Amino acid sequence: MNFDPRYSGRSFTSVGTRPIRPDGVDKVTGRARYGADFNMAGQLVGRILRSPHAHAKIRKIDTSKAEKLPGVKAVITAKDLPDLTDGDAAMYDILDNCMARTKALYDGHAVAAVAAVDARTARQALKLIEVDYEILPHVTDVDEAMKHSAPLINDTIFTEGLEEKPVKPSNVTKRTQYGHGDVHEGFGHADFVVERSFKTEQTHQGYIEPHACVASVSSDGTADLWVCTQGHFVYRQHCAQLLGMEASKLRVTSSEIGGGFGGKTHVWAEPVALALSRKAGRPVKLVMTRDEVFRASGPTSATSIDVKIGARKDGTITAAEATLRYSCGPYAGMWAEIGAMTAFACYKLENVKTVGYEVLVNRPKTAAYRAPSAPMAAFAVESAVDELAKEIGMDPVEFRIRNAAQEGTRSSYGPVYGPIGIGPTLEAVKNHPHMKAPLGKNQGRGMACGFWFNFGGQTCTDLNIGMDGSVSLAVGTVDVGGSRASLSLVAAEELGIDYSQVKAIVADTSSLGYNDMTDGSRGTFSSSMATISAARNAIKILRERAAQMWDISVDDVAWEQGHAVAKGEKHGNLGKLSLKEIAAQSGKTGGPIAGHSELVADGAGVSFATHICDIEVDPETGSTRVLRYTVVQDAGKAVHPTYVEGQYQGGAAQGIGWALNEEYIYGKDGRLQNPGFLDYRIPVCSDLPMIDTQILEIPNPNHPYGVRGVGETSIVPPLAAIANAVSNAAGVRMTHIPMSPPRILAAIEAEREG
Amino acid sequence: MRYIRPLSIEDAVGQLAGSAGTSAILAGGSDLLVRMKGGFVEPDLIVDIKAIASLGEIRETADGFSIGAAVPCAVLGENAALKKAWPGVVEAAKLIGSKQVQGRCTITGNLCNASPAADSVPALVAAGARALIAGPGGKRTIAVEAVPTGPGKTSLAKGEIIEAILLDSQAPRSGDAYLRFIPRTEMDIAVVSAGVNLTIDEQGVVKAARVALGAAAPTVLLVEEAAEALIGRKLDEAALERLAKVCAGACRPIDDKRGTIEFRRKVAGVLAKRAAMTAYARAGGK
Ligand SMILES: Cc1cc2nc3c(=O)[nH]c(=O)nc-3n(C[C@H](O)[C@H](O)[C@H](O)COP(=O)(O)OP(=O)(O)OC[C@H]3O[C@@H](n4cnc5c(N)ncnc54)[C@H](O)[C@@H]3O)c2cc1C
Repeated sequence: MNFDPRYSGRSFTSVGTRPIRPDGVDKVTGRARYGADFNMAGQLVGRILRSPHAHAKIRKIDTSKAEKLPGVKAVITAKDLPDLTDGDAAMYDILDNCMARTKALYDGHAVAAVAAVDARTARQALKLIEVDYEILPHVTDVDEAMKHSAPLINDTIFTEGLEEKPVKPSNVTKRTQYGHGDVHEGFGHADFVVERSFKTEQTHQGYIEPHACVASVSSDGTADLWVCTQGHFVYRQHCAQLLGMEASKLRVTSSEIGGGFGGKTHVWAEPVALALSRKAGRPVKLVMTRDEVFRASGPTSATSIDVKIGARKDGTITAAEATLRYSCGPYAGMWAEIGAMTAFACYKLENVKTVGYEVLVNRPKTAAYRAPSAPMAAFAVESAVDELAKEIGMDPVEFRIRNAAQEGTRSSYGPVYGPIGIGPTLEAVKNHPHMKAPLGKNQGRGMACGFWFNFGGQTCTDLNIGMDGSVSLAVGTVDVGGSRASLSLVAAEELGIDYSQVKAIVADTSSLGYNDMTDGSRGTFSSSMATISAARNAIKILRERAAQMWDISVDDVAWEQGHAVAKGEKHGNLGKLSLKEIAAQSGKTGGPIAGHSELVADGAGVSFATHICDIEVDPETGSTRVLRYTVVQDAGKAVHPTYVEGQYQGGAAQGIGWALNEEYIYGKDGRLQNPGFLDYRIPVCSDLPMIDTQILEIPNPNHPYGVRGVGETSIVPPLAAIANAVSNAAGVRMTHIPMSPPRILAAIEAEREG
Repeated sequence: MRYIRPLSIEDAVGQLAGSAGTSAILAGGSDLLVRMKGGFVEPDLIVDIKAIASLGEIRETADGFSIGAAVPCAVLGENAALKKAWPGVVEAAKLIGSKQVQGRCTITGNLCNASPAADSVPALVAAGARALIAGPGGKRTIAVEAVPTGPGKTSLAKGEIIEAILLDSQAPRSGDAYLRFIPRTEMDIAVVSAGVNLTIDEQGVVKAARVALGAAAPTVLLVEEAAEALIGRKLDEAALERLAKVCAGACRPIDDKRGTIEFRRKVAGVLAKRAAMTAYARAGGK
């Protein structure tokens, strides 16, 4: 299909307006169906038995007593999920994470599961399963895990990416390096050098809706799965592979989603629910408790990062270097690598070097969390940048403007940038009234920048025109932030009709071709591209049908503002035909009218943001209050500005929680101490100020409307912006996230005592 | 599991005393139901006390106030006389959870749940509140601080129910206040807390004081030395510093997920100081 994705510079009628989202009323009235709202006749309750140990060999599992309990219909262990991954290491890790095979690798690791007629029976059955564990020494801290003396989590892992092949196994799975130039030489030209070490604790995406699914496997080997996910096609692929099914035999339908943020890009309980259903011969509903969500799903990496940046007196950075160590849970990942790629992406640097280490620990498998790995790297780098500006005596915004990357800059991770928004966001911040507002006692202001790649990927969309002229749009990217509204706007724009004539749905895996999941801020970027393409294909057919109705050549029919218009002298007297009129005749002119699109959405434009925040610190208790917060970010083109603002605010809110209070706390026994929202403290409404936003639009040249992804970048600057604000308010540099009151008070006291 | 809803305190006491297995009293349920849902307790008998009419009232007596054991904290906030007399107790009760939780939860439940971090308890102890207990052997009254004996444990015997919390009329030129430290603004558990109740003379000199600390030891602490630091003085800088120091020293906190020993000690002192200043102002001190 010869679809031209280039930016056209067109003007807009629908795009850029703010209509109500199609899923809005149902969500606020409680009618919307989330993962746990789906039920089937005869369904069983699935529950998972989890390891209470951080690290233990599973000697034996005896399920006989549980199986005999009346009401229990199936009990499974790893034996019921045999290894069908055929050497695919990443899939094997997913399988082992869903159901531990030989070792329990973290507190919360699944070891067995039951399906029973009700929740009480299922709970009782779990208590009757006897697991014989041999407890092994464990390690949960990223720096401890790197030491030679640390207990080994997987003795088949030898660090990749080292110059010399290691002879001993290690908890470090991989070393990666990015950059260019010669940092050693660069530091030689510096008048000022800042060098610091930082730590960030592990956080959870904190989605309000726990993982939930209903699995129904038929005796003919086909199956249905209703599930809360960010990517039902990916879930289908993974579940089918792990259960030994053909993908087309498993139909996955995604529910409404109460938050995912990367945590629902990964299967956890779904293969287990399918295996239980297969064994029991009945549908199985499996809903994780909050405790399970924290102990066994989600979290992002804990990190330990060293940064060194040098600059000349005039404020030019001469060299920048960072070493980043990221925890991956007990399975290999590429989290430090992403951190190493993003760390200095905002700057134009002659000499830059970043090194990442992927580290295994006895914690849950690390999953993506909104711009995964970038916020921690930005925290370390932007803290050091702030400090360096201070040492030079330059305003932190001016210092960043001086060193900001531009179109044509070779990025620290390799590619050369096209038109980008880092400079414009900094200029906007410089001129923002927030920067000039006065501060009171014990108050501090901080700002910071952030970068995210954004992603495009495989996309398939159907646009069907009904005989009444209304349009249904079926997309395969799960709507996590209002994309059905945005895509309806795009369809309306392209067809030249009103938004109210379009209804968008998320179709199941049997109704559309494969779609990558909604991650990498790709939902609106890629599906709008596919929607434009599908609409253009439909317009082609609409023109053909009009030509038929008029009995003229299709070459003489143009599409203008929702109407077929006859062109040329011969046809000047023909009236326009509306989409509705053409649709009404479709039965007689060749049947239903539809436009399809299958494409790989390349060219997702990179995204930059700069945030400003004001914090007040109580110097006697270390307590903090966020007084004011402003987000400035490039959207390329804001299709639905309200939902773009929502993404900006949401990322900032999550970043504020991460910066100030959220953290996984492990006891000496390797058990998670706070698997609940009482002691895992995400911000409540009253903790946050109204978050102000400013949308910049620097068009992405690779999208017809200039759209860039907007969902993730907003969580990148907050840790750093808040750390800079707290450091300014408290008069001491904060280097450990979260900056909880005990940490702030300890830092203030240490500074006082000199 | 059996659930009953007796109409009289005698019946409730009788049912509890006569029950064979484990039993639990249900007031607002904001602790009990959470613990049942979490699978931590599975009582054989649940005695809901909310249908006992007398337990749902706040009565003003000649001596002060009697707050029925089933009165939700939200109702405390709506009682003008109680709020005027004991603003510290009411502000503590109104810190529990959220609006929704306060519509159900009770100060008696808060006390009997015996959490060291219970919000209303330090305020009640500072106020010198007493618990009126009905049991198989009749009625008795004890100081509030004698109810919890350790985390999750109380001195109540089998069959005993707290009927009401009793507060004296507030003496002239008196004021109380309660403050807790939480990392967020609401929906959190006190990391450490302080309740102060004091009476001053016409010159602003403290005549009587009670200082209680929460989440600073396995049970609420009534710190007599802290009261002594205030009595006989105006609330000057030196007295406040001494109060903070004594409170920090009196703590026997632990290191846990909610805070460190160091942090709890320091903040206990800071909160006691700030609560004392509010109580002093409420008493009319300048
Ligand atoms: C979301 C949430 C937030 C919360 N926030 C806070 C907070 O900020 N601060 C705080 O201190 N607490 C908090 N709590 C805990 C709880 O709300 C309080 O402890 C509350 O005061 C308990 O009162 P209740 O009436 O609901 O008790 P219930 O749950 O009914 O009872 C608690 C315990 O006391 C016993 N009991 C109840 N009444 C009597 C009686 N008359 N005689 C003898 N024993 C009795 C019960 O058997 C049970 O063991 C919170 C709870 C939730 C769910």
